[in-house]
Formats: sequence, C-alpha cells, structure tokens
Amino acid sequence: MSGLVARLGAWTLGVCAQVGGLALFAGAVAKAPFGGGFDTHEAWRALYRVGVRSLPIVAVTALFAGAITVLQVGAYVVKLRAYEVVGWGFGFSLFREIGPLLIGLMFSGRVGANNTAELATMVVTEQVDALRALAIEPVAHLAVPRVLAMFTMMSALYMVGCACALGGGMLTAAGLIGVDFAVFWNSFAEYVLLSDFINGWVKCSAFGLLVGVLSCAFGFDARGGAAGVGRAVNACVVASALGIFVLDHFITVLWR
Amino acid sequence: MSAQQPGVFAQARQTVGVGLHLLRCVLPAPPVVAASRAMPKGAVWQQLWAVGNGSLVFLVLTQAFLGAIFTLQAGFQAQRILGDTSLVGPQSLPLLVRLIGPTLTGLMLATRVGTGIAAEIGSMVVTEQVDALRLCGADPIAYLLKSRLWACLVMVPLLTLVGIAAAFGAGMLTAQLVFDTPPAMYARFEAVGLVDLLEGELKAVLFGLAIPVISGAAGFSAHGGSEGVGEATTRAVVNASLAVIVLDFTVGGLVFLVAR
Repeated sequence: MSGLVARLGAWTLGVCAQVGGLALFAGAVAKAPFGGGFDTHEAWRALYRVGVRSLPIVAVTALFAGAITVLQVGAYVVKLRAYEVVGWGFGFSLFREIGPLLIGLMFSGRVGANNTAELATMVVTEQVDALRALAIEPVAHLAVPRVLAMFTMMSALYMVGCACALGGGMLTAAGLIGVDFAVFWNSFAEYVLLSDFINGWVKCSAFGLLVGVLSCAFGFDARGGAAGVGRAVNACVVASALGIFVLDHFITVLWR
Repeated sequence: MSAQQPGVFAQARQTVGVGLHLLRCVLPAPPVVAASRAMPKGAVWQQLWAVGNGSLVFLVLTQAFLGAIFTLQAGFQAQRILGDTSLVGPQSLPLLVRLIGPTLTGLMLATRVGTGIAAEIGSMVVTEQVDALRLCGADPIAYLLKSRLWACLVMVPLLTLVGIAAAFGAGMLTAQLVFDTPPAMYARFEAVGLVDLLEGELKAVLFGLAIPVISGAAGFSAHGGSEGVGEATTRAVVNASLAVIVLDFTVGGLVFLVAR
C-alpha cells in the first residue's frame, strides 16, 4: 500500500517537474527575441523546411480526413434520406474538429518529431555546447525560429488542408453516396459559417505553437547517445498528442 | 543536416519486405530454420506488458478528452438546432464505436508504440547490436519483431475497447455536467449495432498488424548514428499514422458499401 502511494507521489512529482520545466522553457522562448540574437536567415530556413516538408503529408491526410468524414456523415444521410445536409455535416465537423485534430497530430509526427530528432542529435553530439562556447544562445538561435516557423506554417497549412479535405469530401460524396458536386457545394456554402472556419484556424495555430515549444524542449532535454535521441522523439510525440487533446478541449469549452 | 532519406517507393518496398519476412517467421518451418527464428523466452509477455500497460494512462487521458470534446460539439449543435440534447448519446455512440474510438486509439498507439519500436530497434541497428545478432545465427526480424507483432495484435484491439470506454465515460460525465442530460438518457447501448462493433474491432486488428510492421521496417532501415535513429523514428510515426488513416478509409468504405 505504502509502495503504491510512494509510486503515485513520485509519478505526480515527475509530472509536475515536467510541466514546470516546459513552462519555464516556453517563457525563455517568449523572452529570447527581445534579448537580441534573433537569426533572420535561420528563421527563413526553418519556415521553408517546416512548410515544404510537411505539405505532402498534410495534403494526403486532409484528403482522407475529408473522405472519412463524408463516409460517416453519409451513413446517417442515407438512413434519413437527407441528401441536402451532407455539405453542412461535413463542413462543420471537419473545419471545427476533425481537420485541426488530424492535421495537428500528423504535423506533430512529421515536423515535431523531426525537429526533436535534429535538436537531440545536436545535443548528444555536443554541437549545442559548442554554440554556447561561441557565446551563441541556443534558445534564441535554434528554438525561436523553429517555434515561429511552426506557428506560422500551421496557420497556412490549415487552409491548404481544408481545400484538400473539401476535394476529398466532394469526390467521396459523388462517388460513394451519390450526391453531386452542386448539391454538396450548395449545402456547404449555405450552412457552414465563417466562425466554424475561424474556430478551426485558431485551434490549428495554437497546435502549431504547442508542437513547436514541446518539440524544442524535448530536443534540448535529450541525454545519452543514439538511444537518447529515440527516447526524446518518443516522449515528444506522446506529450504533443496529449497537449493537442487538452488544448482542443479547452478551446472548445471556452469558444462554442 | 538530415540523413539521406529513402523515397516513398523504397520505404514501401522495405515495409512490405519486413512484413513478408515476418509472415514467414510466424508460419511453421523445419526445425533448423525454426531455431534461428526463435524469439527470446518471455519476450511476448514482456512486450504485452510494455504495449498494454505502457500506453494505458496516455490512452485513457487522450480518449477521455476526446470523448468530452465530442460530446460538447454534438451537444452545442443539438441545443442550437433541435433544442434538446437527449439524442446526443444514442446518435454519437455508434460513431464513437465505429470511427472515432478506433481511429484515434490507432493514431495514439502509432505515436506511442510505433515510435518506441522504431527507437529501440533503430538504436540497436546503429550500435551494431543487430549485426551481432545476425552473427550469432539469429534472425533479427524474428528475434526482435515477432514478439512485438503478437503483442500489438493482442493489445491494440483490447486497448481500443478501453479507449472507447474512456471516451464514453468522459462523454457521459460531460453530458451530465454541461447539458444536464442524465446518464440513463446518454448511455443507450441499444443504439450500437453488432456491425458497428465489428467494424471498429476489424480496424483495430489491422492497425495492430500495421503499426509493428511499419515502425519495425523504419527501425531496421536506420543508419548513421544518433541522427539516423531520429530520422527512423520520425519515419515510423509518419508512416504508421498515415497507414491508420488510409486503412480507416478503406475499411469504412467497404463496410459502407456492404452494410448500408
């Protein structure tokens, strides 16, 4: 019994230490640009890498997410013979919930994991220590451009993702359920509100910021050779997924 | 900066190769071959523990939040359009069992378990432990991956049920606290058909097959120090998540065409 309590206590303290460390790191990232040493060249490079590398995966994910959404909405639509609401059901659930969630999770897998791996490799091969020895602040030089790039690019990728999902949804609706493009588009354009789109956009941008901070923090925390890099990536994607769900919940509660 | 990354077709070929090899390892073989394809004693139990127990807290937490979000969104819509939330439970339960539960559990396990497999095997590859295994006459894919395959095949469908239960519980709590819908009105299990449950579990079994094969293939193709391990781990989570989404659409489409 006391063993269980001790383990529970150790686990709680561990979680608190982790969350506190992440908060401190986020504070350091927010403060770093004001101390000078923001690297514009590095920022452009990060923007290019984050955006271009994750574009194919986000497009493919969104295409399938749109198709899956239409398929599931379609089951109800066929049962109730309400073919004119397919576009609404699709647009609402995709823009607000399924789109940001799936794009966020894929982005955390592609870009977040990659970023952690890169930073962790730099840490375990002592390249970060070398930067520090040259009086270059690693947080300002490495973390700030990446966090900024992930935030910016997630906002942009959400738009691309929505367009791809719309394509995938319309094709599935026409091919499997038998709703033509015009009927689908009319109910989509009529009932889906701009606020649905903006809600999802805000969520997606918040996920970008979250993945940026978490992936840099876990990368800098890596210890102990090749196995350490693997562990850091594993911890990063797990924490990002959990963070995405928690953030999504609070945004949904605060903003209906 | 990054290690040489194989193209899409090379990755697919590697994955199919590892999958076929694993299939041969599972099938009966002559004693001499079978000896080289043995796995260490107790490895399956160890992996069952690692996959099941290691992912439990993470999975229950994420799925509980998912269930709460899902009920909130459905409830707000029902309030706006229908004026009451009594239909939220019966309408959303089949969707949870058929689509949302298995998909998000699959994605979470692709992240949690898939990266774990790729990181472990990848770091064994770059530190030449896998070459040492081969030198000892053991088949590395059988020795390392077979136990993980069995563990995932057993645990992913079970964890999917746990995930659905967690999402359902959180949804019921949200319905009670936010919309004053009593649990008796939310928990209408008769809304869930056998087809829904079978569709969800079929997806889970396929995810349990895909995750270890894909992330194992990514781990075995790691090369070049710690950078290579990071690259392999990233590839595992991306490919496994993508496989989950594609399988989801394929199974969902087939069931829609057959059972509508």
